[in-house]
Parts: sequence; structure tokens; C-alpha cells
Amino acid sequence: MALPAGIDCDVHPAVPGMRALLPYLDPYWQEQVTVRGIDGLDLASFPPQMDAHGRADWRDGRAKPGTSLDALRTHALDGFGSQLAICNPLYGTLAINNEHFAAAVARAINAWLIAEWLDREPRLRGSITVAAQNPELAVEEIERRAGDKRFVQVLLLAQGDAPLGNRRFWPIYAAAQRHRLSIGIHAGSTFRHATTSNGWPSYHLEDYAAHAQSFQSNLLSLVHEGAFAKFPGLIFVLIESGFTWLPAFMWRANKTWRGVRAEVPWVDRPPGDLIRDHVRVTLQPTDRPPSGADMQRLLEQLGRDDMILFSTDYPHWQFDGDAVWPDGFSDDLKRRVLLDNPRQAYPRLQEAQP
Amino acid sequence: MARHVVAAAGEIPPGGRKLVTVRGRQIGIFNHGGEYFALLNRCPHQGAELCKGTLIGLATSKEPGHFELTRQGEMLKCPWHGWEYDIRTGQSWCDPNDTKVRAYPVTVEPGTTLVKGPYVAETFQVTADEAYVVLEL
Repeated sequence: MALPAGIDCDVHPAVPGMRALLPYLDPYWQEQVTVRGIDGLDLASFPPQMDAHGRADWRDGRAKPGTSLDALRTHALDGFGSQLAICNPLYGTLAINNEHFAAAVARAINAWLIAEWLDREPRLRGSITVAAQNPELAVEEIERRAGDKRFVQVLLLAQGDAPLGNRRFWPIYAAAQRHRLSIGIHAGSTFRHATTSNGWPSYHLEDYAAHAQSFQSNLLSLVHEGAFAKFPGLIFVLIESGFTWLPAFMWRANKTWRGVRAEVPWVDRPPGDLIRDHVRVTLQPTDRPPSGADMQRLLEQLGRDDMILFSTDYPHWQFDGDAVWPDGFSDDLKRRVLLDNPRQAYPRLQEAQP
Repeated sequence: MARHVVAAAGEIPPGGRKLVTVRGRQIGIFNHGGEYFALLNRCPHQGAELCKGTLIGLATSKEPGHFELTRQGEMLKCPWHGWEYDIRTGQSWCDPNDTKVRAYPVTVEPGTTLVKGPYVAETFQVTADEAYVVLEL
């Protein structure tokens, strides 16, 4: 039986630069951006000209990868036969210190995504960019966009100013739950804080590999601050996080909880159980174990077949050719990963079928 | 199954405990406000001397940020890894289905009934005018 047309849960349309956002800013911010020459707010986590952040055969010369809708159609949607793809623009909102400007940029990115991507390609769905550094303004933006059912999640970065279970972020989660939006946590840092828990590393590859740490910190925070208990229906999707570290991490979290759980009495189930109920992960990048048999063992340890969501991470370079599937995934699991799992992770996908 | 006299009733103060050996097994006898409970002195996790752990209350919560402490002195915290056990049942709080320490029935009986036997009192002279803690094993 052939595999179904899937739902790609992580593609990256790229904001070409501030000039592209100008039409979507109000006159005050248009003038500020123009007069002050503000530009180049790409996250330092994803330098566009690095090989890893634009696959060679998907590039168009020196153009910033992800800026062309036609290329995204060809390489991501048609290339993998996807019926839908969820857009995660990664432009500097969270790293802007001025919260008001950050909120204006978030608002502009969402308007830009609607006009230049979602309105032009019915197979695309959106993530709401928010200035999470000010949850009040973030909630305003969620309320502004929630009526558009093509938005399926609120997009946060893994390395912001505080672990994401912190209560300051709960208004964002309450708004998301109210509107049946999921929360996407994407790799990426403000670069205001060290990108590892023991200080600044020297090399970009350290930043990138260390992202697993920040996802772990966020999961610990979400479990132990009680966010999963407070928002029982809310799904958190870890995007571009890898997932092979999850089983061992859940064992460690469970073990620690058993010994000192009185500190957080609202955590009344093993953390691994809460994570399995609330957390989903995207397929790419996969940190491939040496063999398919190793992967199958790891999938058993993960303990659930509904956690992994199909993704290409277009245009990032995570695999070559069409080798998006790691060895060890059965056809039955692939079907779930392609279609059933994304539909469960994103309730709104079922409200806005193409 | 035999009845073993393991302590005189006044010997263990409320909140206190006594370690005894019955038929080769080390067992902790707990006096919780006049109610007595007995648990095997071996944590099912890794074999620590469980009955030397701290007696604590049961911490629960209705929602994040809400703290409640009930059943004070009824939970036993293993000295090695902190796993909590209910002294009434031996059940683990974190893993109630699969982890349980052996609990034994204990009663307090007047010497008048005990002197008629049968019972085993390895270290006691049982007299009619006292009460005793009796464990079944």
C-alpha cells in the first residue's frame, strides 16, 4: 500500500529582510526601520549562508534559502508529495530587546506570511510568530490571528529569556488552548544568554548540537512548573529538536521525580508519562543511530507511536535526496507520522482542510 | 502463620519505631498515634534498610502552586533514594501498581489473652497485667 500524502510539520519560509516587512508595519515603525536602517534580523542560530541552513541542491545562487514560494513548492510540497506544510518563519522577533518593536515585527511577519505565502498557496498552514518576551503583547497577537484557521500553532524559540514552563508564559498557553492552537518550540536562541548551561561555547556546531540541552531544560520546566497539569489539552511540539535523546531523558526525569517529587506535588504522574501525553517531535533532523534495528529499539523505548510528526525542515540540510526516512520506520509507522500524528498534534488542521 | 509478641505496648512512643527480627526477617514496628504498623526493613528498589528512613507526611496538590500536607507521619521515605511508602499498606506512592514493601498485620493485645497462648515471645516475659504488640508472620 502506497504511503499517503503527508503533512510536513516544519518548513521555513524566510523573511528576505526588513524591506519585505515594511508594507506590514505601521507608519511609525516604517519610519523607525527606514531612518535607523534596521535590517538583518536573522537569528544568529541560523546564518543563511551556512551549508547546514540551505541544502545545496535547493539553493538559488546567493539568494537567502526559503525566500522563494516557487522553490518551496517544487522542493518541499511537490518534492515530498505533501498535502500540507506548516510554515515556521524564523526571523529575529524573540531576540529584539525592545518589546514594542518585537511585537510590531511579529505582527508584520504574520501579515507577511498571510499575504505572501498562505494566500498564494492553499497547501500552506501557518505558525503565529509572537514576541514571547512580553506575554501580554504575545496574547494580543494570538487574539489578532486566531480567527484565521490556517494558523495552527504559536511559535516559540527554545532558548529565550527563561525556561518555557515559567508562569510568565502561561497567558500564552491559555490563549493557545482557548483557540485550539498548539505550541511549537523551535530550536533557536536569542544569543543574549549562553547557548549551553555551562557558558558560551566557541563554535557554531556546539550551539547546534547543544540544542538538545535546551529542549530538555524546557521539558523539565514545563513538567515541574505544572504547565502540563494546568493546560491539560495543550500539545507542545518540539521542532528541529531531534528525538533520539528522549527515552533516556525521560528515564532520568522519572527517576529524579520518584526521589524528590514532594517539591512539586502537582506532578502526580511520572514526568515521562506527562511528556508522552503532551509533547510531539518533528522527524527531521533525526540523530540517526547506527542501524535500523537500533532505531526500532529506540522507538519501542519512546513507548508511543503518536509522538513523531513528519517534517523535512526545508530548506535546512538534514538529509540528501529524498532520504527523509531514517532506517527502522515501518510503513505503518510512516503512515502515522505522515498523517495521523500531525492531525492529532494540530487540532486546527482538521478545521481547515484544503 | 504464628503470632509473635514483638514489644510491650508502652515501649515504642508515638511517632517512634522499633526494629525487630522475626523468623529471620528484619521488620520495623511503627507506633503512629497508638496505631501500630509493621513493614519489612528492605526497600524493594535496591534493598536499603527502609525502616531507618524518615517519617513524613503526604504532599499533594490540587493545582500548580497549591501545597497540601496530609497524613503526617504516615509516609516512610527510603534513606537511599527517597522513595515514599505508605506505612499502612507498604504501597509505593510513585509506583503503586508495581512497587510494594511487605506489610504485616500488627495488633495490641492485653496480656490476659496472650498468656493463654499460642504465641511466640522470643525476648519477652509476658504478664497478664500489661499490653503487648503482636505481629502475625
